[in-house]
Amino acid sequence: MKHIVKLLALLVAVSAFWIGLLETVMPRSYTWLLPVYFVVSLGCYGLLMVGVGLMHFPTCPQEAGLLQQDIAEAKEFLKQRGVDVDYD
Amino acid sequence: MEINKNKYSIIVPTYNERLNIALLVYLVFKHLRDVDFEIIVVDDGSPDGTQEVVKQLQQVYGEDRILLRARPRKLGLGTAYVHGLKHASGNFVVIMDADLSHHPKYLPSFIRKQLETGASIVTGTRYVKGGGVHGWNLMRKLTSRGANVLAQTLLWPGVSDLTGSFRLYRKSVLEDVISSCVSKGYVFQMEMIVRASRKRYHIEEVPITFVDRVYGSSKLGGSEIVEYLKGLAYLLVST
Repeated sequence: MKHIVKLLALLVAVSAFWIGLLETVMPRSYTWLLPVYFVVSLGCYGLLMVGVGLMHFPTCPQEAGLLQQDIAEAKEFLKQRGVDVDYD
Repeated sequence: MEINKNKYSIIVPTYNERLNIALLVYLVFKHLRDVDFEIIVVDDGSPDGTQEVVKQLQQVYGEDRILLRARPRKLGLGTAYVHGLKHASGNFVVIMDADLSHHPKYLPSFIRKQLETGASIVTGTRYVKGGGVHGWNLMRKLTSRGANVLAQTLLWPGVSDLTGSFRLYRKSVLEDVISSCVSKGYVFQMEMIVRASRKRYHIEEVPITFVDRVYGSSKLGGSEIVEYLKGLAYLLVST
């Protein structure tokens, strides 16, 4: 099945649970606010994930230097064999 | 250790990559000794003389190792792969960028991972330990990370790097997946891996480093964010 169908099914299940909660002894006003809490939490979680990921974004500064070495080596080899590598 | 009897067809779409293609070919040959492979250059009518350089490379390395399968003008990435596939004689296919942001030194690790796990697809990821990027400013990292979190939350793709395009495919798997993809640009890369994931193909990841292009102009434009969101919405309802 398509992914959106899976997500909607999940949403329906959660909503059914929430409606069920409305009918129980939990204070009505509190239950009504649950979806809001849920959406806000989801948003915060997303932002947290972005922030954490940004902090730990793997970088590789040494790779640029290595690449320059590779480029020099390649140009040397190819020039000797008649490949035009002087374009820049 | 068993001898690797597989043949790898490396498809490289090019447009104005006159210098980069020569450097790339040298590095591929350097890192893939004792491996049976061919490089298929799909050039979309580059005006900068890319095809002339490829012909010079054929003189050095052999026309059986470097195939030039050009097209008259820019016809898009997806169709470039399809075109390259038609001429691929290997049982595995590697797709990679021509601008050296994908370094051939990782090719052995892709091959090794596939042999160890029997995976149908091995995809390079920049976002795990051992991988990484260089040359990205804060804004780019932010959008990349934001885009990734959004895609992970919505699509549950099963891979950490959705837009990456450094991948090894079993040829039959690539043919199957590519036939059902319709997107353009990098959304196409996302669609490929998501569809493969939905079809339950065995996908493995290897860390790669990604150094933003050294020569030439990057083909990233401005309206990327809108394209991306539209792509996500499309993938949400169609996969």
